Amino acid sequence: MNLDELYQEVILDHYKRPRGAGLRDPYEGESHQVNPTCGDEITLRVHVDGDKVADISYENVGCSISKASASVMYELINGVSVEEALAKTAEFTALMNSKGQGKADEESLEDAIAFEGVSKYPMRVKCALLGWMAFKDALVRAEAATPAGGND
Amino acid sequence: MEAVSKLDVEAVRADFPILRRMIGDKPLAYLDSAATSQRPVQVTEAMRRFTEHSNANISRSVHTLGAEATEAYEGARAKVADFIGARSADEVVFTKNSTEAINLVAYAFQNASVKPGADPRFVLRPGDEVVVTEMEHHANLIPWQQLCERTGAKLRWIGITDVGRLDLEQVDEVINEHTKVVSFVHVANLLGTVNPTSQIVARAREVGALVGLDSSQAVPHIPVDVTELGVDFIAFTGHKMLGPTGIGALWAKAELLDAMPPFQTGGSMIETVSMERTTFAKAPAKFEAGTPPIAEAVGLAAAVDYLDKLGMENVRAHEKELAGYMLRRLETVDGLTVIGPRVPIGRGATVSFDLADVHPHDVGQVLDADGIAVRVGHHCAKPTCVRFGVTATTRASGYVYTTTDEIDRLVAALEKVRKVFA
Ligand SMILES: Cc1ncc(COP(=O)(O)O)c(C=O)c1O
Repeated sequence: MNLDELYQEVILDHYKRPRGAGLRDPYEGESHQVNPTCGDEITLRVHVDGDKVADISYENVGCSISKASASVMYELINGVSVEEALAKTAEFTALMNSKGQGKADEESLEDAIAFEGVSKYPMRVKCALLGWMAFKDALVRAEAATPAGGND
Repeated sequence: MEAVSKLDVEAVRADFPILRRMIGDKPLAYLDSAATSQRPVQVTEAMRRFTEHSNANISRSVHTLGAEATEAYEGARAKVADFIGARSADEVVFTKNSTEAINLVAYAFQNASVKPGADPRFVLRPGDEVVVTEMEHHANLIPWQQLCERTGAKLRWIGITDVGRLDLEQVDEVINEHTKVVSFVHVANLLGTVNPTSQIVARAREVGALVGLDSSQAVPHIPVDVTELGVDFIAFTGHKMLGPTGIGALWAKAELLDAMPPFQTGGSMIETVSMERTTFAKAPAKFEAGTPPIAEAVGLAAAVDYLDKLGMENVRAHEKELAGYMLRRLETVDGLTVIGPRVPIGRGATVSFDLADVHPHDVGQVLDADGIAVRVGHHCAKPTCVRFGVTATTRASGYVYTTTDEIDRLVAALEKVRKVFA
């Protein structure tokens, strides 16, 4: 196995210096996700303002892959529209589930392309997806908590 | 005096083809025997021979193959019984694994508790207590937790000291006149601790409680004699003692097996059956409903033969040396903290540790790149993790085929882990 492929510099950097970490107010949706095989955990909050993901804040414990993935996600989708955030989530999820066959689009996924190699390690895919699952879940909760039909 | 190992480890290794496997371009260093051990050719060969020559269902036919299969299966039972010092082969019940063996006992309590006229030793009521320890594998915790939930009995446990041993000072308080059963781990799978049994067994006797052991990590590694231990039941599992998966065993005193209601019911465990009612066969058949794992029993018998030939005293001495070497070498790694006893006394060659707060999944991944197989995670012992303030550990575990060279490779690779994640 090629370790450098899995633990790319970008991943180690996000692991050592996570972006956007810490829980913040305000938020409309919060999600707690656990990966029982290795005990990774994340609590993640989403603050939606209009159609924008105004803030993602999180607290997590876990391995380098799960922590780096949450940090990369923060950089990628914090401040973008809900629609774009969901599109990127779908794109990243598909990449992770590609069993090493997927080709990451740097234009769209930026630092997250460093995770391309992770998709070859089935035991680690869950780690990489934990934060993203928390985001999707928190977003659903946020939408449920906010009155429907509002335009602003 | 240090016992000197009489195992010829190189000769042992020659019997395990998997140990010649390459992981990428690195030779495998298998340090995960506490999760499952590898199998010598003698075991695979015995199972193959049975399958190709004598395969049939047991106790159901008069044909030659049926007779051979029955003989092989019952022969395996006798061999296992002998290996653990049981008085009679009928005291050994084959199960799927340790987990099923422990559930069998827990369900005997549960079934007795709702059955009029059941043996009072197995009847649990609110006010009664069940005792385990804080260092249990989930297999010897959750069945009792569930049993207590269903009967209203109370689950209590003996704690762990900071150095990873049972806090024996709690024994007299935790085990008391309310205690109906004590079930505790013989050798702990996360900490590696070999628990002293005599004080707990004596206390259980004093208060009239039944007492048993989860010997899953004991029977493979140290000489176990149930008569000497003086307990009522023990559970163990084939795949950790050089045998196949799919077979384990419960040993219990004959008189208790007679008193226990059956666990699963169906074919092969009956005496007479009518549409209205059934009477049950005598133990062990009473607890072996359905077609049992026959080829697996043959494999387990071959594993027992193999261990017998090595001599369990030699196995123990080898692992004591190995444990000493592991502890000495691991302590040289900067930032490494052993979780569990740090001296090779009253412990086996299973060592859990934390490495400078690097997540065990990352440790395991870097080790795997060097061909080194360790276990990472909570090792099905979450309460132990909580006790030591970690969510997971990295665990290296050795067995009869483990060399000091493999430990050296582990230590070198751990240095690499520190570099990557520093
Ligand atoms: C101490 C202990 N008890 C019980 C078990 C469960 O064994 P099995 O999974 O074979 O039932 C294990 C194995 O992981 C163990 O180490």
